[in-house]
Amino acid sequence: MTSVGQRLAAIRGGVQPARHNARTIAALTGNPGCARRAVLDCAGVDKQRLAAYIDYPARFGQSQFAITRGNAFEAQVKANGCAELLRLLREQLDLDIPEVSYDDLESVAGHESQDLRYARSRALLTRAAAQAEGAGTLFDHPLLRLEVAGQQAYLEPDLIAFQHAGRFHVVEIKSFAVIDGQADAGKVAAAAIQAAVYVLAMRRMLEEAGHDPESVSHDVVLVCPRNFSNQPMAVLVDVRKQLAVLRRQLSRMTRIDALLAELPATLTFDLAPDDQGVPTRSPASLVAALEAVEARYSPECLASCELAFFCRHEARGCTAALGKAAREELGGIERVETALAIARNQLAPAEDQKEAAELLRAAGRLRAELMSGVAG
Amino acid sequence: MSTLTTLARAEAVVEGVAQRITTVRHVHLAKRPLVFIPLTMAGEANAPLAAMAGDDPDNPTLLIVPQPRNRDQRFAFAAELADIVIGYVDSFLDDVEEVTTNRGKEVRHRYADAPQLLVPNPGGVGFTRLFGRSTRFRRTDGDYPVHPSVPLLGRWLTYFTERAEHPGSSALVPMTQALTMHWATGQSPLEDAQLAAFMGWIAPPDGLTGAEAATAAEDPVTWPPAGPATDPTFDNEVLAPAMAAYDRAVATDSHVDRRRGELEEALRTQLEPTWRLMWHAVSLLRDLPAGASVAKRWAEDRDAFTNFTEQLDAGGFPQPRRDGAVAAARRLHRMERALTSYEVQRAYDDPMVMADYRLTGEAFVGDVTAAHPTRVDTSGKKRVLRPWIAVTTTDPVMVTPGTTLLSPEQPDGQKARVMSVTRKDDGTTAVVLELTGGMGRSLTPAPGSVPEVGKRICYTTLSDSFMPPGSFPSREETPWTHGGPPAPYEDSAPTAEDAREEWS
Ligand code: SF4
Repeated sequence: MTSVGQRLAAIRGGVQPARHNARTIAALTGNPGCARRAVLDCAGVDKQRLAAYIDYPARFGQSQFAITRGNAFEAQVKANGCAELLRLLREQLDLDIPEVSYDDLESVAGHESQDLRYARSRALLTRAAAQAEGAGTLFDHPLLRLEVAGQQAYLEPDLIAFQHAGRFHVVEIKSFAVIDGQADAGKVAAAAIQAAVYVLAMRRMLEEAGHDPESVSHDVVLVCPRNFSNQPMAVLVDVRKQLAVLRRQLSRMTRIDALLAELPATLTFDLAPDDQGVPTRSPASLVAALEAVEARYSPECLASCELAFFCRHEARGCTAALGKAAREELGGIERVETALAIARNQLAPAEDQKEAAELLRAAGRLRAELMSGVAG
Repeated sequence: MSTLTTLARAEAVVEGVAQRITTVRHVHLAKRPLVFIPLTMAGEANAPLAAMAGDDPDNPTLLIVPQPRNRDQRFAFAAELADIVIGYVDSFLDDVEEVTTNRGKEVRHRYADAPQLLVPNPGGVGFTRLFGRSTRFRRTDGDYPVHPSVPLLGRWLTYFTERAEHPGSSALVPMTQALTMHWATGQSPLEDAQLAAFMGWIAPPDGLTGAEAATAAEDPVTWPPAGPATDPTFDNEVLAPAMAAYDRAVATDSHVDRRRGELEEALRTQLEPTWRLMWHAVSLLRDLPAGASVAKRWAEDRDAFTNFTEQLDAGGFPQPRRDGAVAAARRLHRMERALTSYEVQRAYDDPMVMADYRLTGEAFVGDVTAAHPTRVDTSGKKRVLRPWIAVTTTDPVMVTPGTTLLSPEQPDGQKARVMSVTRKDDGTTAVVLELTGGMGRSLTPAPGSVPEVGKRICYTTLSDSFMPPGSFPSREETPWTHGGPPAPYEDSAPTAEDAREEWS
């Protein structure tokens, strides 16, 4: 019996594990029932490369304009020991912050291991938590981790943890604009769930060290440009709802060892290259490996998972590919042809389809009656 | 999504081509709409990068902002766009019609036709809204003077976006939404948001199925996104180098025109495919016959247009950033009423829309199996004509005796009271109805006003009857719970601050 770690390493093959960030974890919880995604993500398989190699490349490119603007805005807010950020916290959130120290936990040498960096972040943050009344401190780039399906995943440190009056706040800097008090709802939602990932990870870290997890506030600070300018503004966002969703989804995710037990021992997505830099395994064998792990495609995957185009292709003809609402409207019946045949009275429904069949047939009758009156 | 629409999606999957879900067209299509396709610079707050606009499919105007971070260039773009939009809007000001109101006692005027803006998707509406917001408060004097057409453009764009929120309005129409109303594809609503993929399902090129055409349409190289966001790969590989070359040309003052031309060509490649798709979609929609209430709703758009031009002529301030409490409540109420009557009108205009209500038991279609057209009710003081008819239907009937029903096929104002509902052994249901109204004044019904035996007819509980407007306090009487009366024009008078507002 090999350990879970060894199995996952074999699945990943001879390459570096892909790194997690709050976005990938948030996306992971978006489709907790997908075994394929859970296995690939836990093993740290580079899904982007995998998808491109089997000829279903993902399109998650980012425009360099957006990256430049995002970086410039973040740099502006963080300049001079986060002077601008502090001004916002004081003026807009009315926090009474006297002296503040600033600690950047970004790896200095750059090749510190993640374990070491995590240990350092943990030591600093727990020490700060112990001195509840201590002076305010900004911790930039703390490395956090979160248990996902029984495995510890490190999170790209894309946040500032801010301690004030014994409470930590997660600060997220985003470059989408808030115009007349309103921002793109999708972007705010994404920022909130990512912030919730950090809050949860920090709470778990403190809890493990024997501190009160509630000392990490569920109010996160979101810093965005105001209106059409570069001027930053700060708002508090309550992420309690996102935390609840996240906790529920993480606990619902099948434990990875249970998933692995179901899979062939030889399963691997090894993308190790030969001398020419081309993976040694054929795309066909990787496709076969993918097919060995069950997926649960829904159109939301298109926005959140690199394998979406492959899984969508595989799901052609499934009602789920039309979206969750459509699947329900079609009585939860798996295949589109089946649902249609039942609706057209060409197929007797199975026992568990009887109830859905009645509505489908009524709809089918209406559709037939009406279509006879429409050309094209 | 209704079960019928979903079933149509299933059919589309199996047939390999989009399926009609209406018999008629429910949006108004102007003879000469203004197609407007905006593109923005990634990462910036609604910074225009380029746009293609025009009312002639063969003659689009391409506008570009060579350096979108440059404030002067943005306003130059706004002024150029103003020329197009305001020129277009003004072309409707010549033709006025008379409308009699108050039972013919009064006459008012409204424009015989009105401008219509077509954008590819809801994102295009969002751009229009924000661009209106960032231009309508600008001033033509002071620190940062802009061309007089810029704030006027802002007010017009705001007019269009406010209409777009009004159910049933066709003043500003996002094309994907118009298509969604009329066709079901074999893909998910999420994927329908992409204009090219949607069009792939409706009109796949020869030899391709809808699914294949839609997948091909997802390739941003052949089908660039319909905006306002651009394709990141285009940004990185084409746009960024071309923009840098332009910046260098400006810095060294050499070949500026040539570099600008190159940028223009690059951006044209991103807009032209969508331009063609938009006009293709226009012609597909135009092929559908208009629903009976479309003209009536368009008349409301013409009223709104007429009112807005009057407001502009009267001077006054640009639309406020946010409505005050009373204005917001009034607006919400108006929209709710508009939504209800829009839904009812569509069902009355279109048996395929009515079918959704048949499935839920709010309507049924059946054959008149018996009729007593001259039945007179003598029980009251006065003898009255109260014909009875029996309608037999295979639809599920959920109505109960005593309910009042209406029929889209019967004269306005004719009501049918349900007298009895009898389910038969063969699965059909017989409904006996008593008719009032719409039959003339004598005791014999006007010819054709009572459905005859054998007629196929629809009855429904849906009614577009007049809903009384809500009563709201005046602005000055805004209760303290809602912030009290706003200071006069507090929220709309543009300040010098507004006019100078940073736009970086
Ligand atoms: S795209 Fe495929 S692997 Fe990814 S979450 Fe969806 S179904 Fe799972």
